[in-house]
Amino acid sequence: MPEADLALEQGRPSGLYQLVLLKFARNRVALFGLGCLLLMLLAIMLAPLVTPYDPIQKNTPERNEPPSLRHPFGTDKLGRDIMSRVLYGGRVSLRVGFLSVGLAVIVSAPLGLIAGFFGGFADNAIMRVMDLILAFPGLILAIWLVSLLGANINNVIIAIAFFSVPTFSRLIRGITLSIREMEYVMAARGMGAGSLRIMFFHILPGVLGPMIVLTTLGVSGAIVAGASLSFLGLGVRPPTPEWGAMLADGRNYLRTQWWIAVFPGMTITLVVLILNIIGDALRDALDPNVRA
Amino acid sequence: MSQYILRRIAIAFPLILAVTTVVFVMLRVALPGDPAQIMAGDRASPEQIEIIRRKLGLDRPVFEQYLIFLRNFAGGDLGRSVKFREPVMGVIARAFPFTVTLTALSVAVGTTIGLAIGILTAVYQRTWVDNVGIVVTVFFFSIPTFWLGLMLILIFSVGLRVLPVQGAGSWRHFVLPVATLAVGQSALIARLTRSSMIEVLSADYVRTARAKGLARRQVLGRHALRNTLIPVITVVGLSVGGLLGGAVITESIFGLPGVGRLAIDAISNRDYPMIQGAVILVAASFVFVNLIVDIIYAFVDPRIRYA
Repeated sequence: MPEADLALEQGRPSGLYQLVLLKFARNRVALFGLGCLLLMLLAIMLAPLVTPYDPIQKNTPERNEPPSLRHPFGTDKLGRDIMSRVLYGGRVSLRVGFLSVGLAVIVSAPLGLIAGFFGGFADNAIMRVMDLILAFPGLILAIWLVSLLGANINNVIIAIAFFSVPTFSRLIRGITLSIREMEYVMAARGMGAGSLRIMFFHILPGVLGPMIVLTTLGVSGAIVAGASLSFLGLGVRPPTPEWGAMLADGRNYLRTQWWIAVFPGMTITLVVLILNIIGDALRDALDPNVRA
Repeated sequence: MSQYILRRIAIAFPLILAVTTVVFVMLRVALPGDPAQIMAGDRASPEQIEIIRRKLGLDRPVFEQYLIFLRNFAGGDLGRSVKFREPVMGVIARAFPFTVTLTALSVAVGTTIGLAIGILTAVYQRTWVDNVGIVVTVFFFSIPTFWLGLMLILIFSVGLRVLPVQGAGSWRHFVLPVATLAVGQSALIARLTRSSMIEVLSADYVRTARAKGLARRQVLGRHALRNTLIPVITVVGLSVGGLLGGAVITESIFGLPGVGRLAIDAISNRDYPMIQGAVILVAASFVFVNLIVDIIYAFVDPRIRYA
């Protein structure tokens, strides 16, 4: 029997999150993915050390070159190295992914907790507003918001966070509802704990696990949403590199210079794939019904 | 049952009203630029702009404009498109069939494939079939539509030259867009079906069915599959609603003149009545589809009778 299950069976006093980590560590695919992701993050952060080419500076003599040893991803119509642009573009795409999800969590965690914990009027008021936002088609809503606020990367982050809030708060509310009925919460109440104390010290830790899963999967969704907006021309302005914008750029040269669109798209797919694998593995690790 | 359905319908109407109100307020209050100015063009004189403003009713108080807007909306009149210079309803009515066709085909194809993968991987849990299925679905789940669309064009239109790149003239134009959307849909449904089926397979009534000697086929088909489908119906409904407005990227890559592309063009042209009409229509159909799903739900799952 695997160690995590054994520990569970024997009721050994190790914390929930220790068990979760143990179960996660047994998922080799997810560990490999995590390793790749960290490597990519490192390459993106240390881009100037990884690639000698400037992502913005024109270099016309070397334009439209297919992938080679000198330029592993080829060059675009202005002679810029695609790999440099992918690496520097990652800074924008990942920032959009992480910041928008972070913002969405900061807004939706209190909303979901309050709605689930207090129920009644607060619940109704919050959830009806969420229903209203959900009734709008997500991407069109985001496009609309960005065009209202102005096309730049900060507004893209705000728009993506905005349409993620309903989904996040619904989930957090659902978990809060089920934890609220647990005996240990009643015990805490019996010992005289106030609502705030119960919310933060008894319910929040229980919500944390599913929230981490949601955040991981949310980041991959947000990266795609951000790239979609840039693909449609809302978001970064040229010549700033960004994955979606690079794809839109390469779209017109599919016939002749396929590499301009293929490599940025491959990078997005890879990052999203890894994040989804890690998110799935975390969910399995948190699920007591799934054996390690 | 009928009471539940009536209650659900009663909830849908205020939601649509709220949606239209939000759209109205956002357009009037938040959008930069003067619609009358935009409609008149750059070289229009102040008098011409004033005439247009009066014609559009923009000179009246906002609240009055809102009431007029609601009255027209109730009568099916969403105003005239600034760009097309004809009723918004007519323009949308031309675009809607493309989006509906695209949505219906991709949800149908994607759901069928997804169900097959989901059932197979659940029945052959923890075998190589399951492992392959999981890898394929997480990959399908992760490919962004815009990249998948471009890659399909690269392979089938540029490389093999068997399918057209853009347009909407024949069934051949729909193959690639439908494939683009069906891939993600199939992954979504497969993942959901698998976990739902695994849960159902471990239920007591399935064990009972097995114990009384029913054939495997009957246990799976009659007892397990039916209950597996309950959560799947919700998600299929959600994706129909989502795709009606969310096929924006696919429509724009493949040059399909659907509602999503109409909405994007309207936003970039600042064609207010058009934005208003497209967003309201998409949101209303989303609410409507969910209403239908909830009603189907009540028929399929007798446990659901929210008192």
